[in-house]
Order: sequence, then C-alpha cells, then structure tokens
Amino acid sequence: MGEGRFEPRVVVFACNWCSYAGIDLAGTSRIKYPHNVRIVKVMCSGRVSPEMVLKALADGADGVLITGCHPGDCHYISGNYKNMRRYFLLKKLLKQLGLEGRVRLEWISASEGERWARVATDFVEHIRRLGPLRLKEVMSSE
Amino acid sequence: MSDKVRVALYWCASCGGCEEAFVDLAEDLIKLAEKVEIVFWPVAIDMKKSDIEHLPDESIDVSFINGGIRLSEHEEMVKLLRRKSKVVVAFGSCAHLGGVPGLANLYSKDEILRYVYVEAPTVVNPEGTIPKEVVKVDGQELELPKVLRLVKALDQVIDVDYYIPGCAPPPDVVKKALDTLLSGKLPPKGSVLGASSRSLCDECDLNKTKPEKILLKDLKRVHQVKLDLSKCYLAQGVLCLGPVTRGGCGTLCIKGGMPCTGCFGPLDNVKDYGARALSYLASILDYDDEAQAEKVIEEYVADPAGWFYRYSLPKSLVRGRYQGSGGEAHG
Repeated sequence: MGEGRFEPRVVVFACNWCSYAGIDLAGTSRIKYPHNVRIVKVMCSGRVSPEMVLKALADGADGVLITGCHPGDCHYISGNYKNMRRYFLLKKLLKQLGLEGRVRLEWISASEGERWARVATDFVEHIRRLGPLRLKEVMSSE
Repeated sequence: MSDKVRVALYWCASCGGCEEAFVDLAEDLIKLAEKVEIVFWPVAIDMKKSDIEHLPDESIDVSFINGGIRLSEHEEMVKLLRRKSKVVVAFGSCAHLGGVPGLANLYSKDEILRYVYVEAPTVVNPEGTIPKEVVKVDGQELELPKVLRLVKALDQVIDVDYYIPGCAPPPDVVKKALDTLLSGKLPPKGSVLGASSRSLCDECDLNKTKPEKILLKDLKRVHQVKLDLSKCYLAQGVLCLGPVTRGGCGTLCIKGGMPCTGCFGPLDNVKDYGARALSYLASILDYDDEAQAEKVIEEYVADPAGWFYRYSLPKSLVRGRYQGSGGEAHG
C-alpha cells in the first residue's frame, strides 16, 4: 500500500487458448500492466462458473475480470458464448446484491498483449475508484 | 420417566407452515405419539423458556427447529435448545437455507422497518412510529428482542446435525425423516433426511417429454402461458428449477401446474444454489449474439435474486445485499 493508496486485489480468469496467451505476449513484449491482477488460468472461459466469481469476491477480491476468446474463436466452439450469457445474468444479479461494477467480461485474443494491458489497467483503476470490497467482513458481522 | 423419545419443536422466523407440516402427518401422528414424548412445542403446548432451562443438558433426544434466525430471541432460544438436545434437526427451507424470510437480506434493517411500519400501503401510522428495542412506558423500561442485521440459516448460529428440506416439508418427507431418526440407525452428520440425493427431474413424470437438448428463445412466466400439464415445462419456455434442485418432494408443484422454485435446495456438494441455477439458465438460453443476449436477459429475467435465491440467500456465498463497510446501521 505504497503512499497509502488503495491497491485493489483483482482476480483474473484467463482461458488457456487465447487470453492467457495474450497476457503472456504482453509479458514477453515487455508491455507494462498493473501488478494488482492475480491471474488464474482455466482451460476455457466456459469453465468459469458463477460460484467461482462469487467465491473470489467473498474471499477477499475487490474485483473479478473474466477473459476469454473473442466470439467465434473459442477452442471448444461455444464455451465463450456460455460464459457471455452467464455474465449478463450474473451482472444483473450482482446489481441486486450491491456488487455492481465489481465483475467484468473482456475478450482478449492471443495476439492482443497491448489490449490486455489496456483492459487490465482500466479495470484496476475502475476498482480503485469503487474502493475496497470487504464482503466477508461486512456480511458476517452482526 | 418413560422410555419414549423426547422431542422438542420450535419455530423462529417462519410462517407456521412447518408446524402445519407436522399436523399433516394425520393418522401417523397417533402412531408417532406412541413412540414420542413432546417436551416443548410453543405452538401447541403451554410451556415457557424456563421449563427448558431447568432440564438437564442433552436431555432432549431430538429438537426440530424451523424458521430463519431473524431476532436475537431466536439466537438465544436455539442456543438453549442446542445445549439441551442430543440431536438438532433444521426443519424446512428457512432453517435449512434461510428461506423466504432470507430475501430480507436484500434490504437494510432500516429500510425494512420503515417499509413495514410506515410506507406499506396498508399501514396507517401518521406519527411514523417504528418499534424500538428499549422503550420507556410510565417510567418502566420495556425491552424487545433485537432485529439482527441479516437473516441466518440455523447452521449459521448453532451446530446442526440433520436437515429436512422443503417449504414446507411434505408429509411423506417428514415421515421418512422421522422413521430414519427413530430407527436409531443415524446417517452421517449433515445429511439431508427424507429426500432424494438426485435432482427433481429424475423423479418427474414429465421428464420423458423433455427434449434431448433444451434451447430457449424466450422465457415465459407462469401467468403469461397456459401450461400443458403433460409436457416438460422447460420445453414450454417456463423456467423450472427441477434440474438443479434436490428431489424427494414427489413433484407436488409440477403436478399442480407450477414449475419447481427450488425449495428443496441444492444437491450434495453444491455450495451456492443460486449461482448453480443461474449457470443452468445461461446454458439453455439460445442466444450467441451479445447484444441480443443482453437484451433478452434484461427483458425476461426480471428478478434473478428472487428466482435463484428464493429459499437460500442467507446460505449463499454473498448472503445478501452488500451495503458497504461504512455508514452501516448499528446492530
């Protein structure tokens, strides 16, 4: 917490075939992205269940970024479409749960290292503006 | 003292339907009375808290507790019953998962009190009086139980041995659960009694009419469609939560022309029922275009929290509406 600034903890789910490779490309190309992200590799964005997202938030993440292949590019043909529908439903649910804006879905291809850096920076700054989420602390206190 | 099984029944934040569920045992109640001695049942027998306090610890064989935990009084009573009982059973959806009263977790305590006592259209309260925990009347201090900030399921307050699901548990389920408990051969702690370990579709008569793959273009709510009672409701575009809900109820709602709303709760090993239900709905919506999918979801899924967490919000990962860490009302 240098200079007393709030440093968000952001969990990123990245699919093995596109997004994780894109993030890797950012690394090998020495493109800077914020250190606030904790990247979890999954085989497909379709693997990211709403439980995983809610659990991340409940266990201390300030935001969750789900990334996957662009529509039409899914290695498993339709995983990213499933995730997209889930995300829209989840987004509406999160609004009711007072967690609007804490979760975002972005498509990152294997060649989009630059885009990844932009998306990550933008999301981290967005969460920084929202402020810390102390879900467990608040929801389990009396 | 007789060698009958000593049983206590208690209610917390509940509608009374679970008490009714016991009475619904009908003639089986008489058989039950031969084996069981009821030591505490506020709805039917005039006994006081002090009668329980005077009992030795663990002298009640089984306590059946229904209702969610809404008040400090509920916490106090269930902790007392836990101490006095060998086995505690969470009876019905509210004790099991938080239940319908648990949806109150979408609002703050202040919002709820203000609505119920001032704003609701049926209320006449020109002075805007809202009940307080401590009130002075004629120099005397009167105390009311505290309203807790969040409704909780029973196992979020005390150790629970078994669960009987349902809103309310149907007589067959209650009977099966009682038979298990009275047989003396107790299942592993934490088991859900009287129900199935498979999903509702598994026992549904309409399952054979369910298409191999369900893909829905639009969702209809029950009042918007005349359901064909001989055909899977999902295939007719009505959201039925049967696929993600524990079976064992005998598909009572479905036989009555209503889709499953999920009162039996999740299957074993599912942590968050609502998240699972949401995921399942996402997988049967037939939209691959982002803009279209968002529009349809916006239009048809009016109240995801109410649909997916109708009976289980307090036991979900988030437990209710997050209201920030600052400016939170006390208590």
